[in-house]
Amino acid sequence: MGGSLRFIPFLLLGLALITAPFVLSGWVLFLLTVAGAKALAVLGVVLLLRAKLLTFGHALYYAAGAYAAGLGVKYLGLHNGFALIGLAFVAGLGVSALLGLLVIRYRGVYFALLNLAFSMVLYGILLKFYSVTGGTDGLAFPAPTFGLIGLSEASLRAQLYELTLFLGSLLFYLTYRFFASPAGYVLFAIRDNEVRVAYMGISVNAAVYLGYIIAGGLAGVAGVLVGLSVGHITPDLAFWSQSGEFVFVAILGGVGSVFAPVVGSILFEFVRNYAFELSPYTWQMTLGAALLLIIFFLPGGVWSLVGLARTRSGP
Amino acid sequence: MSVLLETVGLTRFFGAVCALEELNLCIHEGDMVGIIGSNGSGKTTFLNLVTGYLKPARGCILLAGRDITLLSPRQITRLGVARSFQIPQLYLNLTVMENLLLALAARSGRVGLWARLHRQNWMREGQEILKQFNLDRYGEQRVAELPEGARKLLDIALAVALQPRLLLMDEPTAGVSTQDKFAVMDTLVSTLRGSSITTVFVEHDMDVVRRYSRRALVFDQGRVIADGEPSAVLTDAGVKRAVLGHA
Ligand SMILES: Nc1ncnc2c1ncn2[C@@H]1O[C@H](COP(=O)(O)OP(=O)(O)OP(=O)(O)O)[C@@H](O)[C@H]1O
Ligand SMILES: [Mg+2]
Repeated sequence: MGGSLRFIPFLLLGLALITAPFVLSGWVLFLLTVAGAKALAVLGVVLLLRAKLLTFGHALYYAAGAYAAGLGVKYLGLHNGFALIGLAFVAGLGVSALLGLLVIRYRGVYFALLNLAFSMVLYGILLKFYSVTGGTDGLAFPAPTFGLIGLSEASLRAQLYELTLFLGSLLFYLTYRFFASPAGYVLFAIRDNEVRVAYMGISVNAAVYLGYIIAGGLAGVAGVLVGLSVGHITPDLAFWSQSGEFVFVAILGGVGSVFAPVVGSILFEFVRNYAFELSPYTWQMTLGAALLLIIFFLPGGVWSLVGLARTRSGP
Repeated sequence: MSVLLETVGLTRFFGAVCALEELNLCIHEGDMVGIIGSNGSGKTTFLNLVTGYLKPARGCILLAGRDITLLSPRQITRLGVARSFQIPQLYLNLTVMENLLLALAARSGRVGLWARLHRQNWMREGQEILKQFNLDRYGEQRVAELPEGARKLLDIALAVALQPRLLLMDEPTAGVSTQDKFAVMDTLVSTLRGSSITTVFVEHDMDVVRRYSRRALVFDQGRVIADGEPSAVLTDAGVKRAVLGHA
């Protein structure tokens, strides 16, 4: 294929995604929106995995984003969707910047469990402070506005889909640039040899901290997008099983490319949805079996199927 | 010539073992110093102390008059000290070129998060460095797939790419066969010649020290037992006994 024609598949894919609301049912659109949003949180997990940092607490930032927006609605009376997303992004960045000061010093199982511990602390707070967080009832998201006039529920769904598509694409593009940059490669370098990183005069701590904050910000945005789509948030967003799901999807998709989390996330949401419909009691088993198959036969994740088709994958 | 590196009373213990004892040393700008000594005589410990990887029990280290004793390896590297390792320290899952590009990015001080690592000018310079080290055919290969000798060279290339003021090499020819040793050292010396890099290298082979250093230091049980012009130092009977175990 000529180099100048390589953008055509992307163009077609982009067009298909943008026009999807005219074709797809509301339910499928909703699943796509949630999958796309969660893919941002998974991308954060993947980013950290590049430095061999496995977190079992990333739902912390996912919930922080969702609840920051939820509290913005409750206490500040915010209804503008962009303001809520901005708030969630800042919350994800801010909380990870704070906790990052501590967790970036740890590696391996300590890093994983410290993150888990912090996420469960947040879970406990969300559960206990009923008057503020609504406890198990959670918080409701009234339909947000996007500077446009009144929307029916159907068009809100389409709008949230388009918003997730564009915002997600932007954040994925920025992360793609980051992965290809020196700072992005430093994460790989840290995975392989921290001693040499220091002996190049590069700060390991600064690089991990930066990665941790980016991952936190991505999860914050994921949280608010899911909250807006569902219309309601509960402490379960911070529960450890949610963190586990992000790791699960990261491994399912693979860490080879920024596209892998999207593929993994869409696959996961749809398989879960339909597996649940087919067999409400054994769907976890279906997912577990799928993950086992991936680990044994596609250790690079689903994305490595694409890599097999190409000679060399991007960063 | 001005003094680039100075140690005063440098001492380090490992438990009861005194790995380095009261080391007073001056390395001059532009010099090529070979350090020789038997196993466990404190050579690597000396490099680890100078680069901040280990902290001394006593004594201090001055780089161009500045006290660097308490600085970290990262800070000392940024002051212009680079090193290679007895056991190569590389990014095994990155390509040879990517290893070098990271060194070039680090040197430029622009470990940015927007512009590509694979940028034209760094790629070109990386290619040149690979040629100098006879590694150009490995450029796109993952380091994990590299033969031992090539890894050793890349480890040194990463240090040289930083364009340091002081280059410390820990056994650059270790693991290299006897007949290839001189070729490797020739490559290194020709790369370093013309640059103003002050070089200290640790070496087990007397012939290599005699041929490539302008000054030889002999370590024995954490002390310097001889220091001077290589051919004079290395013919000394006491030195031979210390290094080879026999005169
Ligand atoms: N991390 C460490 N822990 C305990 N003892 C150490 C450590 N590093 C070095 N030593 C001891 O300090 C002494 C000096 O070791 P060093 O590695 O500096 O020797 P060397 O001259 O580099 O030897 P070689 O030629 O084998 O590389 C040895 O007795 C060694 O056992
Ligand atoms: Mg040694």
